Amino acid sequence: MSRYQSSLQKIPRIVGTLLSVYYAYMLEYRAELLLWVLSGSLPIILMGIWTQAAQTGDFALSSTEFARYFLAVFLVRQFTVVWVIWEFEREIVEGKLSFRLLQPLNPIWHHFASHFAERFARLPFAFILIALFFWLYPQAFWVPNLKTFLLAMVVIGLAFALRFLMQYTLSMAAFWTERASALEQFSFLFYLFLSGIIAPLEVFPPVVREVALWTPFPYLIHFPASLLVGLPVDIGRGLLVMLGWSIAFFLLYRWLWKRGLRQYSGMGA
Amino acid sequence: MAAILAENLSKFYPVAVKEPGLQGTIQHFFHRTYRNIKAVQSISFQIEPGEVVGFLGANGAGKTTTLKMLTGLIHPSEGSVNVAGHVPFQRKSAFLKKITLVMGQKQQLIWDLPAMDSLRINAAVYGIRDREFALQVNELSEMLTLEGKLTQPVRKLSLGERMKAELLAALVHQPQVLFLDEPTLGLDVNAQVSVRDFLREYNQRYQATVLLTSHYMADITALCQRVIVIHQGQLIYDGSLEGLVDRFAPCRQVEVELAHSYAPEQLSLYGDIETIEGRVATFLVPQETLTRTVAKLLSDLEVIDLAVTEPPIEEVIGRVLRSGAVL
Repeated sequence: MSRYQSSLQKIPRIVGTLLSVYYAYMLEYRAELLLWVLSGSLPIILMGIWTQAAQTGDFALSSTEFARYFLAVFLVRQFTVVWVIWEFEREIVEGKLSFRLLQPLNPIWHHFASHFAERFARLPFAFILIALFFWLYPQAFWVPNLKTFLLAMVVIGLAFALRFLMQYTLSMAAFWTERASALEQFSFLFYLFLSGIIAPLEVFPPVVREVALWTPFPYLIHFPASLLVGLPVDIGRGLLVMLGWSIAFFLLYRWLWKRGLRQYSGMGA
Repeated sequence: MAAILAENLSKFYPVAVKEPGLQGTIQHFFHRTYRNIKAVQSISFQIEPGEVVGFLGANGAGKTTTLKMLTGLIHPSEGSVNVAGHVPFQRKSAFLKKITLVMGQKQQLIWDLPAMDSLRINAAVYGIRDREFALQVNELSEMLTLEGKLTQPVRKLSLGERMKAELLAALVHQPQVLFLDEPTLGLDVNAQVSVRDFLREYNQRYQATVLLTSHYMADITALCQRVIVIHQGQLIYDGSLEGLVDRFAPCRQVEVELAHSYAPEQLSLYGDIETIEGRVATFLVPQETLTRTVAKLLSDLEVIDLAVTEPPIEEVIGRVLRSGAVL
């Protein structure tokens, strides 16, 4: 029998091993995890502002709907937060990418697995915060129906994958500049305003909303959050736009990756 | 087929140049100037399977750049390279499974987890079957005396243990070509000896080809019969270690214990004086004049004892690297 597994046998083993090891890695620092969960509390703060403002009746959503929306935003953010650009930039600068390049596995899978595993590590803390919220604000309590919940979970998964791909593509700039993360800081502006973190797209002027809906940003937060709370969304259009942007970023990433490898100097190693 | 074949291999890359001071900073911001660095210039060599070759050169000579081209981490600017039947920078899976690169003081193991977790990832990535993986880990950990250490977090291991664990991780897939860039850097003497013994045994057991760079000459003398010397990006020597000594240092050390002290000016007539400590003087004497010089010393001076030895290899290589003598 050959010493090595076939490709078909290899893939599930790689997936399982990467996820289990990176899950163990994420659990090493429980206090840090809690702090990271808490650092994503901006939607909870904004919820307070919008629920208060909604009492005037001037907005498309009621106070309760705003509360549910921002809780859903908080939850979706916990599952879609990505930091790969800083990790990749550090790998390039410190030369640690070299070790990854010497193995027969694209480094993207290490990063994807560590991000994916981290979601599960965050879960208990996120649930505690959600339970705390409902205890403090019981009138906003709701339970989505099973079909809606499952669809929202799929969309959240797609949103995470799209966000990861977008940031990983930007991180390819690290092959040419040591400050690729500056690009992410710039794009974060668009992400913050167009994703629905600051305000649901329902309160945007119609023209702005329509333009935003052709960018990838609303599908990272607003689309899955709205699904979860039962706000009206165009599911077909949403999935198509997500797929289109995913393909576009994937192709761009592959092109930059190949060019970047030619550029790579292995500095620091 | 050669395990490693490099033909007219070169690497050039531009480096931004910045003058010091505020004016230099402002100028650098608006208009950058570049200097072309010739890190490696047209080097050619061939290494057969199973050979252990030392790759020597001063800091900045081009050793690590060459290793990076041989492992496919960077693209050559000119020339061709073939390792284990593959073009390295194409980074084919079959090629990556056959090679490994170990860099001293650089780590691939996950810092916060036991080394075994990183080894499990490597086993999965290289597709090593569980049984083979267990056998390989047992064998290598026994050779490296690492039993019981693989379940401790890497950050809790001593430097020597960590380096050995890095070696284990780099070799768990049983590569046929090993590139070792200063593998004993920073290790204490015992750990250095341990790593050398392991590499010798690994080479003998698996007939692996080894290309080793090190600033510790004990690594080179213990492991390598052949050395390649690179100086300012150019290959200046490729041959046996003894041949290096004979070609670049055809001298012998003559240590003389005298009945009483002599003035340095008087002693300098017999050869280059290396040291004078009391009544003991050490000379460097060219091979061709050795017999005549020894006879003259014995007849002219009151000699109690005399010994003729080869100069330390470190000194020879240091002289070669400083002078950069070209073939």
